[in-house]
Amino acid sequence: MNLALVLDSLPQLLSGLLVTLEITAWALALGLAASIPLALMRVSTNPVLRLPVFGFIFYFRGTPLLVQLFLIYYGSGQFRPELEALGLWVYFREPYFCAVLTLTLNTAAYTAEILRGSIQAVPFGEIEAARACGMSRGLLYRRIILPKAFRLALPAYSNEVVFLFQATSLVSIITLLDLTGVARVMVARTFAVYELYIAAGLLYLACTYLILWVLRKVEYRLSGHLRPREAEPARPDLSPAGLP
Amino acid sequence: MLPDLRGYGWMLWEGLQLTLLVGLASLLLAILLGLLGAWAKLGASRIARGIAGTYTTVVRGVPELLLILLVFYGTPTLIQNTAARWGTPVYINLDPFVSGVLTLGFIYGAFATEVFRGAFLAVPPGQIEAARACGMSRHLTFRRIVLPQVWRFALPGLGNVWMVLIKATALISVIQLDELMRKTQIAVGATKLPFTFYFVASLMYLGITVASMLLQQRFEAMANRGVRRA
Repeated sequence: MNLALVLDSLPQLLSGLLVTLEITAWALALGLAASIPLALMRVSTNPVLRLPVFGFIFYFRGTPLLVQLFLIYYGSGQFRPELEALGLWVYFREPYFCAVLTLTLNTAAYTAEILRGSIQAVPFGEIEAARACGMSRGLLYRRIILPKAFRLALPAYSNEVVFLFQATSLVSIITLLDLTGVARVMVARTFAVYELYIAAGLLYLACTYLILWVLRKVEYRLSGHLRPREAEPARPDLSPAGLP
Repeated sequence: MLPDLRGYGWMLWEGLQLTLLVGLASLLLAILLGLLGAWAKLGASRIARGIAGTYTTVVRGVPELLLILLVFYGTPTLIQNTAARWGTPVYINLDPFVSGVLTLGFIYGAFATEVFRGAFLAVPPGQIEAARACGMSRHLTFRRIVLPQVWRFALPGLGNVWMVLIKATALISVIQLDELMRKTQIAVGATKLPFTFYFVASLMYLGITVASMLLQQRFEAMANRGVRRA
């Protein structure tokens, strides 16, 4: 083990980690924003809305992320004249843009599927009660269904966040210098193969469990009304003797 | 409707076969490791529990790609350096197929461990007690009562593991194994039609996913044929 070398390369690894976190944050924010309308379309009874979204989710969940990444980054080159005419080529030739776009579409598909499940898991009694109160469809979704669905989706969404965070390592294959990318470049330069990969792995490990810890805190906060009350002062027993 | 593959279709087909082979071999290894891991996690030995716990924690916290790079490039170097220190120079060149299967099996073994752990815990303890009361030995109880049901409880989870695993085989292309993804890259290099070829490759992966889903349904129906349903 060459520990001094690992310590020397720590600043570069940390800057790579920053890129990883940046890409994760972009993809998460954009993917979550896209997944809400997608999930609503997915549960719609109108096939014109439902079927295209079903196809999108099916495709992005059924194919490897690496293929999706190559399809967008290298595949866009096949349509270069058309993209240039539209003025979009400046974006598609940037690996950063393609990476964020692919990860966004990927996580949007997975998140929409999670949300679909939790929207359909909202108890029908609550929807019925809201309708009986005279809520319109929009208000029903905004006040009852979506808040409940978000809370139900949180455990599965935590997993998705961790998967996305780890999936960003693939962007190193299209030349971006994220944590994995930096490690690969430094390995090629120093030949300290296992030291650097293990150091990068430990950084991923620490971040993964930090993310999980934070999300568990959020989950705990959001489920306060569902927990049994703790340490309630015992009431004096007023029941007549002999009765349970 | 079918795109013109310029005669490279057979190459993708070969790649698809190797992808399936890598996937199945890795799944087999993952199942073995998963059974072993679940046995360690549920067992009485504190050391075994600690090792299995570390295994699942570490593997699930590190990206697959990094682990593949670590195993393929790191292990030979580590062994060579260690051997050189002992004064016996060795040169190891890992075969991409073997190291790919070892890495994927190792990674998804951690996920399979959790699947099997849940499945073992899902067997009602009353049945085990009943079997013991009938005079079955611990071995016989395991073989006749526990194992047949673990298979049933573990199937949905194993199906998920397989779906993720087969998609992760695409990552093996970074260590130059000629599976579907790598073959596609070669075809793209020759034809300069990246979109066409990557799209066709993605449809092939989609085909594997659909076929796996149908097979999983069949297997689950088979495993649950003795279960009464409301």
